[in-house]
Amino acid sequence: MDDIKYSSTHHQHEHSRTNYDDQLDYGTPASNSDVQVTLMIDDREITVPEGTSIMRASIMAGINVPKLCATDSLEPFGSCRLCVVEIEGRRGYPASCTTPVAEGLKVHTQTPKLADIRRGTMELYISDHPLDCLTCATNGDCELQDMAGAVGLREVRYGYEGENHLKAAKDESNPYFTFDPSKCIVCSRCVRACEETQGTFALTISGRGFESKVAAGVTDFMNSECVSCGACVQACPTATLIEKTVIDHGVPEHSVTTTCAYCGVGCSFDAEMKGEEVIRMVPNKNGGANHGHSCVKGRFAWGYATHKDRITTPMIRKSIHDEWQQVSWDEAFSYAASEITRIQAKYGKASVGGITSSRCTNEEVYVVQKLVRAVFGVNNVDTCARVCHSPTGYGLKQTIGESAGTQTFDSVMQSDVIFVIGANPTDGHPVFASQMKRRLREGAKLIIADPRAIDLVNSPHVKADHHLKLQPGTNVALISAIAHVIVTEGLVNEAFVKERCEWDSFVEWRDFVALPQNSPEVLGLAMGVPAEELRAAARLYATGGNAAIYYGLGVTEHSQGSTMVMGIANLAMATANIGREGVGVNPLRGQNNVQGSCDMGSMPHEYPGYRHVSDEATRTLFEGAWGRPLSNDPGLRIPNMLDNAIEGSFKAIYCVGEDIVQSDPNTQHVTHALENMECVIVQDLFLNETAMFAHVFFPGASFLEKSGTFTNAERRISPVRRVMTPKNGMEDWEVTAKFSNALGYPMEYKHASEIMDEVASLTPTFKGVSFQKLDELGSIQWPCNDEMPTGTPTMHIDEFVRGKGKFFVTQYVATTEKVTPKFPLILTTGRILSQYNVGAQTRRTKNVAWHSEDIVEIHPHDAAERGISEGDWVGIASRAGETVLRVKITERVQPGVIYTTFHHPESGANVITTDNSDWATNCPEFKVTAVQVTRVNQLSDWQQHYQTFSEAQLAFAGQDLEAAKID
Amino acid sequence: MDIQRLISMANQIGDFYESYPNQSHAQKDIAEHINKFWALSMRKQISEYVNQQSGTGIHAQVQNAIKTHILL
Repeated sequence: MDDIKYSSTHHQHEHSRTNYDDQLDYGTPASNSDVQVTLMIDDREITVPEGTSIMRASIMAGINVPKLCATDSLEPFGSCRLCVVEIEGRRGYPASCTTPVAEGLKVHTQTPKLADIRRGTMELYISDHPLDCLTCATNGDCELQDMAGAVGLREVRYGYEGENHLKAAKDESNPYFTFDPSKCIVCSRCVRACEETQGTFALTISGRGFESKVAAGVTDFMNSECVSCGACVQACPTATLIEKTVIDHGVPEHSVTTTCAYCGVGCSFDAEMKGEEVIRMVPNKNGGANHGHSCVKGRFAWGYATHKDRITTPMIRKSIHDEWQQVSWDEAFSYAASEITRIQAKYGKASVGGITSSRCTNEEVYVVQKLVRAVFGVNNVDTCARVCHSPTGYGLKQTIGESAGTQTFDSVMQSDVIFVIGANPTDGHPVFASQMKRRLREGAKLIIADPRAIDLVNSPHVKADHHLKLQPGTNVALISAIAHVIVTEGLVNEAFVKERCEWDSFVEWRDFVALPQNSPEVLGLAMGVPAEELRAAARLYATGGNAAIYYGLGVTEHSQGSTMVMGIANLAMATANIGREGVGVNPLRGQNNVQGSCDMGSMPHEYPGYRHVSDEATRTLFEGAWGRPLSNDPGLRIPNMLDNAIEGSFKAIYCVGEDIVQSDPNTQHVTHALENMECVIVQDLFLNETAMFAHVFFPGASFLEKSGTFTNAERRISPVRRVMTPKNGMEDWEVTAKFSNALGYPMEYKHASEIMDEVASLTPTFKGVSFQKLDELGSIQWPCNDEMPTGTPTMHIDEFVRGKGKFFVTQYVATTEKVTPKFPLILTTGRILSQYNVGAQTRRTKNVAWHSEDIVEIHPHDAAERGISEGDWVGIASRAGETVLRVKITERVQPGVIYTTFHHPESGANVITTDNSDWATNCPEFKVTAVQVTRVNQLSDWQQHYQTFSEAQLAFAGQDLEAAKID
Repeated sequence: MDIQRLISMANQIGDFYESYPNQSHAQKDIAEHINKFWALSMRKQISEYVNQQSGTGIHAQVQNAIKTHILL
């Protein structure tokens, strides 16, 4: 906080009063000006940055000016007239929120006249407000109530007989919050939060004068554009917009700051509690990634943690056709350990392995990979990043030397050109999308490369300058064509390349992309994008100022995923768009801890900190620390494990927090592999799809029940704090540690912090990280070491991590997954806002109100050709399998391309996806599957089998069945 | 593991390096990739297929890389 630093340095006597208090609402946003202004407010002299409002300056000086329509997350509005002040030498009573400070001003915040005005204003508000404070949900937590007290309102002379809004009907359509217009004071904070904070513009003030009211669309919140981010609820100063949990349970009594367990944005939240019960999750104003904003998942969809489907007792069984037997933890550990020992003795060391998840904490991932490497004695450990961002890890390591994004999220506020490739931020990374949209509203240019018209292409006050609507599978053609324009039109920043990159690699790349075969005119045909559009986009990226690339799984989940990541890094290096704020290469990580799980050494070829298992020095280091001999041979990746299982040489797996049956491609291949194993150990909250094929079930703990850290897409390590006792009895790292003990290798950690201490002692990029430092700083972006003790927001500033940046030639190779007369359409997959990944969490919340089933989107032409109407059931067949989904006809997809999501297991979206994968990492080609679509009137064979099978499996665990049905 | 799977994985790696001007470098890079990312059992299997069987279906450049540079 610039304003505070100044005050505390130059006005020591004011220090105690102006020290920044992160719990305080300063009324208006901070000013970033370097120019300082000194003024008198009442009896206090204060110096603040130019542009600060008188209201903010007053609050900094410890003087609370009454306010209702102002809050420091929103621009000042000046409508409530409570914050009026008097300024010597000026006439009238200006609103302190909209009046900036000026040198030498003498401001009075408390005079008899001001008191009179404020009381009169409050009297008018209260004359049309219910007097039910004692039974109101926000009793004790209401700004209107506070202000009535502050201004000394004692009577309302107007009476309550006249026309008023006291009988206005509540809108309870949203499952999480209520809108009660009878309590609304029309301060517009909700409307402005929807615009400024969220950027959706779903709320308006309709009508004028007495008729003015807040309106969500035409009917109600659920039928409006509202995305249920909660920003309006957060901004509301009264009980008008309020969480239903607060109505039901009352105001929380304590609060613990923790980190959201959903997407890769990694929002900081305050878990507001009553005892051990969460009352609400409120976005933390000081969260480094979210700055007080949230989305429908993190803000509201946490009820799964106490859902009745949670399994809290360990279970074992000999065969997947048997009923589960509930056992003690000790029995479960000893059975699992004896099975691993038996199987390794019979089939060899390499017949077992482990899978971690991006939903695990860093500490959990670390102990699982330690268990596999040190105790199982093999490197057969992998993580679900295999099926999402493994090409990012590979491609960025090769080109710039570190397997991570280069920027902070805040960096986008310095960008002039934003290039979004194969990502859908408003759905997948909603809180960051809001920040991106804010920058776009300020005038940054936008290029989108996506086969489908995502919301960002055209939404309120945001319109893409170029939407490159390419055919799925042609990304590398795109990046080579753009590179061609940059090279052949002389747009390369050669000075930067000479200084920072390997010149020979640059020359190879330059000469390659300059070939006529890489021109937009040639490659544009493969992409189905006009050459001129490609040229214009390339010029904009190279010459439009600070240009930043944001990309997602639309880049990585292809047979050329790694090539594309390298192509992106090539572009950033060639145009010098890397190594400072506002630019960079920004992978938007899908899940909360994709970055962290990779950092922690969960890939079969590398130790924590991305060091190869064959590296002698690293291996010696870990052998010393762990006291066991370690293998120098890369282990099996998930698809390799599954292939080996089918062939018969891979027999046991320890799968923590991951649901490979639902999330990995070619479901029938996965289930066949699991059926071939002799011991499948699943550690999870729920009996997930993979657990239906398991022999041992270790119950897991939710993020609310454990300590640890998550690392988000900007390398930000944030604390996860335990706010309630684990229902299963222990935190997940403890489960792994006790499993290890049963295998004869004691892991003696007493707290997750000790695991992080071990990581820090063995990993140079984490050297300075500790729980204590996280408590002090809130969060830390790695690398964090002696040179950068508080972390590294922007990477590669003076030098790339690998020394010189390296260019790679990016030859476009068409996927083998081609359309044929039998399979004439391309299926591509994606995500939606309200559901998360396999849906195990969000399907167990009221988020199903927005998305209760997966739908397939099809273009009107393709639908008409097949006699398909809106809402029909259609069979989708690929060479891997067939499933049936309901149809939505839309021009969002282009002719020849269909689209769906995979949030519901019974949809079987991955029954259709194939074994094709990225050349470098085996990341599946989820984004391209050749299919045929036909009208049908019954579920596919797979779905019918699934229904029977999952019903039986749920019954084996004593659970009921309603979840497993489509109709 | 199904040899067809390994053949197509190896060929995909070969495709990436096909456009490199220095093909003897490319050969080393192909083998280095396999050495760094494939488990020993997979390396043994592909090597045996190339060296003791015909190597049918594997691009010539990839076969050469495997013959010359693969670590077993």
